[in-house]
Amino acid sequence: MKIKPLQISAHIILLLGVLLMVVPIWISFASSTHDTVTILTEGMKFNIGEYFSRNYNEVLNEKGGWSEEVTAAKMFINSFIMALGIATLKVTISAMSAYALVYYRFKLAVPIFWLIFITLLVPLEVRIFPTYKIVSDLGLTNSYTGLILPLVASATATFFFRQFYRTIPDELLESAKLDGANSWRFFVDFLLPLSKTMIAAMFIFMFVYGYSQYLWPLIMTTSEKYWTVVMGMKIIFTESYEGVALPRTAERFAYIILSMLPPVLVVVILQKWFIKGLIQTEK
Amino acid sequence: MSFLDLKNVTKIYPNGTKAVHETSLSIDEGEFMVFVGPSGCGKSTLLRMVAGLEDITEGEITLDGNLINEVDPSERDIAMVFQNYALYPHMNVYNNLAYGLKNRGIDKKDIDQKVNEAAKLLQISDYLERKPSMLSGGQRQRVAMGRAIVRNPKIFLFDEPLSNLDAKLRIQMRLEIKKLQQKVGVTSIFVTHDQTEAMTLADKLAVINNGIIEQLATPIEIYNNPKSLFVAGFIGSPQMNFIDGELKNNTLSAEGFEIKNVKSDFNGDITLGIRPEHLSQSDNGLINLNVDLVEQLGSDNLVYGQLKDKKDFCYRCPGNLTIKKGDKLSLNIDNENYFIFDKSSGKRVN
Repeated sequence: MKIKPLQISAHIILLLGVLLMVVPIWISFASSTHDTVTILTEGMKFNIGEYFSRNYNEVLNEKGGWSEEVTAAKMFINSFIMALGIATLKVTISAMSAYALVYYRFKLAVPIFWLIFITLLVPLEVRIFPTYKIVSDLGLTNSYTGLILPLVASATATFFFRQFYRTIPDELLESAKLDGANSWRFFVDFLLPLSKTMIAAMFIFMFVYGYSQYLWPLIMTTSEKYWTVVMGMKIIFTESYEGVALPRTAERFAYIILSMLPPVLVVVILQKWFIKGLIQTEK
Repeated sequence: MSFLDLKNVTKIYPNGTKAVHETSLSIDEGEFMVFVGPSGCGKSTLLRMVAGLEDITEGEITLDGNLINEVDPSERDIAMVFQNYALYPHMNVYNNLAYGLKNRGIDKKDIDQKVNEAAKLLQISDYLERKPSMLSGGQRQRVAMGRAIVRNPKIFLFDEPLSNLDAKLRIQMRLEIKKLQQKVGVTSIFVTHDQTEAMTLADKLAVINNGIIEQLATPIEIYNNPKSLFVAGFIGSPQMNFIDGELKNNTLSAEGFEIKNVKSDFNGDITLGIRPEHLSQSDNGLINLNVDLVEQLGSDNLVYGQLKDKKDFCYRCPGNLTIKKGDKLSLNIDNENYFIFDKSSGKRVN
């Protein structure tokens, strides 16, 4: 096979991109396996050190925070619950509301759709005070419900589902009707399986969105029991502020590496599905 | 009372368009009814009203003695084959066939048996595990029919199911549909705009134009005895020739010729219709044709040409006659096989 110059240059560009993405992560990982003293004296490391298990063990199990009652492991669990809850509910609600908008041709479907769409202009950060007021009036501060609920409505996902449903030919619905499927069965037996790839993609986006929330959990939680990973990044291992002990740089690198894992895992797991769906032309 | 009865069925769309005018017809059990007409004539709307996919504005539809106006499509026990087949893309062929049965709560063993039976009948047993995207047009067509057959419905509806196939396959599937319907014996309604399909398939044919049934009869009756100008022009291929003329005191006069002793009391402007196959050459024929073009089909020749007044005209003759471009032919009408229509109303007057 002849290799064209264009291919070579394309690959060089791709390789550069990959390096740009991977090198910082590698440095973080390599540094996280060294002793803090080594990093502070010798700078960031490219090679793997000897303290891998000690550092990671410390990060996961050491109690941190002001009241010393939260561990990183607990924060991971919190983040995971929050992201999973947000992603699942967002996908479910969007798919269902899009179904209602497309298939139940009620009078106000179009205005309602645009109303939903407009909420894109008002992200959580803009409406954070009223949202906080409502959540606290409902007594939901310091709870998983409070963390998840205000974030579950998604205009973006509703929009994508709506556009997708509109490409499904009417005959499919009619045919299903004649085969004895009611509205619920049509949704479950047809729309959901047909939008598998769409659901996978939305789930990935929404999971990462939920996982990387910072401001909302910060305001929402006063109890350390509900801290999330992204909050923890700022708060945990902050002994150096006192100027007494050394900053625990190695542990913080370990923490950063760990914090990247859940979204990466979700992408890797769902990607299989995602690509499978893209290859099969099922429509 | 017949199996399926339509009584004054009317469809008016919300925007005010009247797609189907007060239509009444009845179909006997086991009969193969074909609705034929140009696109937009309301034939599909009529079919969809029977299926329950369109609301009925006025009138009544009864199936097997039950009024089904308000019955949900899923409860009507009707199966439909769509133009684009509407196969379920995410299910394999087996599940495509089985889905309707599953929804009716039939147990697995019976479903399995019925699906296999239908698959055997349609020769799709080898593809049961395949997805519809892996099938050819003809196979998809079979699956769509299988989905209808397997449920053993009261009535089959076909909405132009052959129009997505290539010409050869279309003829083959046409035959298969007819054979299958005769074998299974289910009452069927078939919608098409193709007059050949309509003629070959139908036990009874309804020619529809502008939301009105122009004529309802057996195909051969419609061919031999069209009731209106529209029906005459629509059924038959190549199309019937039309010549304008005048009828007065039983004498018909048109550009260049006269027919005496016409059996009609009508007086006034008329349109004379002559089928291309009802002509033959003779020395002192009525009609003089200047040949422009000859299409040789093998068994037949289609001769196209112009009359004196430059009107296009077609003559169908046996394939063994040699006629060339530029020939002048003299033609007679066989056995008074002509039709006379009132020019203004289009109604048959002889």
